[in-house]
Amino acid sequence: MIRVVLPQHLRTLAHVGNEISVEVQGRATLRSVLDALEDSYPMLRGTIRDHVTLERRAFLRFFVCAEDWSHEAPDSALPEEIVSGKEPFLIIGAIAGG
Amino acid sequence: MSKVRVLVGTRKGAFILSSDGKREKWDVSGPHFAGWEIYHMKGSPADPNRIYASQCSGWFGQIIQRSDDGGKTWHQPGTAKDQPPPPPGPPVGESNKFVYDASEQTGKPLTTHQWYDGTQHPWEFKRVWHLEPSLTEPDTVYAGIEDAALFRSTDGGQAWKELPGLRGSDTGPRWQPGAGGMCLHSILLDPSNPKRIFIAISAAGAFRTDDGGKSWKPINRGLKSEYIPDPNAEVGHCVHHIANHRSRPNTLFMQKHWDVMRTDDAGDNWREISGNLPTDFGFVIDVHAHEPETVYVVPIKSDSEHFPLDGKLRVYRSRTGGNEWEALTKGLPQSDCYVNVLRDAMSVDSLDSCGVYFGTTGGQVYTSADAGNNWAPIVHDLPAVLSVEVQTLP
Repeated sequence: MIRVVLPQHLRTLAHVGNEISVEVQGRATLRSVLDALEDSYPMLRGTIRDHVTLERRAFLRFFVCAEDWSHEAPDSALPEEIVSGKEPFLIIGAIAGG
Repeated sequence: MSKVRVLVGTRKGAFILSSDGKREKWDVSGPHFAGWEIYHMKGSPADPNRIYASQCSGWFGQIIQRSDDGGKTWHQPGTAKDQPPPPPGPPVGESNKFVYDASEQTGKPLTTHQWYDGTQHPWEFKRVWHLEPSLTEPDTVYAGIEDAALFRSTDGGQAWKELPGLRGSDTGPRWQPGAGGMCLHSILLDPSNPKRIFIAISAAGAFRTDDGGKSWKPINRGLKSEYIPDPNAEVGHCVHHIANHRSRPNTLFMQKHWDVMRTDDAGDNWREISGNLPTDFGFVIDVHAHEPETVYVVPIKSDSEHFPLDGKLRVYRSRTGGNEWEALTKGLPQSDCYVNVLRDAMSVDSLDSCGVYFGTTGGQVYTSADAGNNWAPIVHDLPAVLSVEVQTLP
């Protein structure tokens, strides 16, 4: 199971607490984790990635083991710390708006 | 005794204000969707407990919310109310999917419109400005979006399809955004003719369909806009809002960027009715529930100073269908008031003594239970108010 931490507003939308877990079939990548997240919590579709292009929304960032993965290729394999559940996959709302 | 429910959309959440028919004591519920922009909420005329809400954020995009119990509980159409449905399942979670129709089968899909600098720019979905539930079917609702297009859902907001004939009309490439974006902000359904719909776009103008949305025509003859050299320009007008009375659907009133206008032939010809208004710039316009010739506006100083003239918040009422206006000031601040009243932030109830309501960017929602003669704030410290809609309940 992969641990995922959502920003507060998305927790409210998904009716979940601080952290959730999703099961990924096959290789764990940015794409497969987000696919699994949206399958389990369909109310999040369109809030993290565009419905059609699947591109990350501009003001959201992905963090993996203290590194910014926002610009990594969608099929990049996530590190073992994320796959094993030792570290959470972080989806963060960018600080913007003054 | 009858009741009223006032649906208030703000920059930081939704609020529901409820009162009995006296409209003196109010219950305030909210914030719902705290922290999100609520551009618009509106109840179904066919089922007042069915309310649709447009929720959005610069971070997370568009969300559609629906209540089936008068605003007590909410859910995103297509998702379970309390917990996510277990996968695998039918396609769900697409209530916020607004994808422009680009198919060859359903019209002439457009890919660009005019940008601020005169070049062509791709159509890009940004948000839902206005939700207009069907007059007869609770599961049918129209959405006016930015960049301007009209969408419809027939399954209670779960899935949306564009009515592409509007954007695909031959004027589409000449539409351009106003300062607030290129938004479709007004939708009027004709109670006497289900095939007829009026819409308005900033800054394209007003449009009408007579065939249920398949084809549309611009209805802007008579509008004069200082910034458009062509006095007969078919589109390009910055219409801020349109309103009509149910009993006279062919008579429309318009608050344009500048000018208050009127048509009596369903938009084929407009004439100015600004008359003695101290300034004819503004955003809101509405019509008394029982008097089709009684119209309300809130004059705003100018397009560069979006606040009331002289710091005095005044609603102006015409009981002659325009041209002759009287200032309504009792109970409204008459000094040092520098709020704005945005285009969807005025509404009326249909109680015997018509109630009039409006919200300000300063967070006040004012009401008058006597058609505008006397005003009082229901609340005065909400976030900036984006929209106000009223439901009159049995």
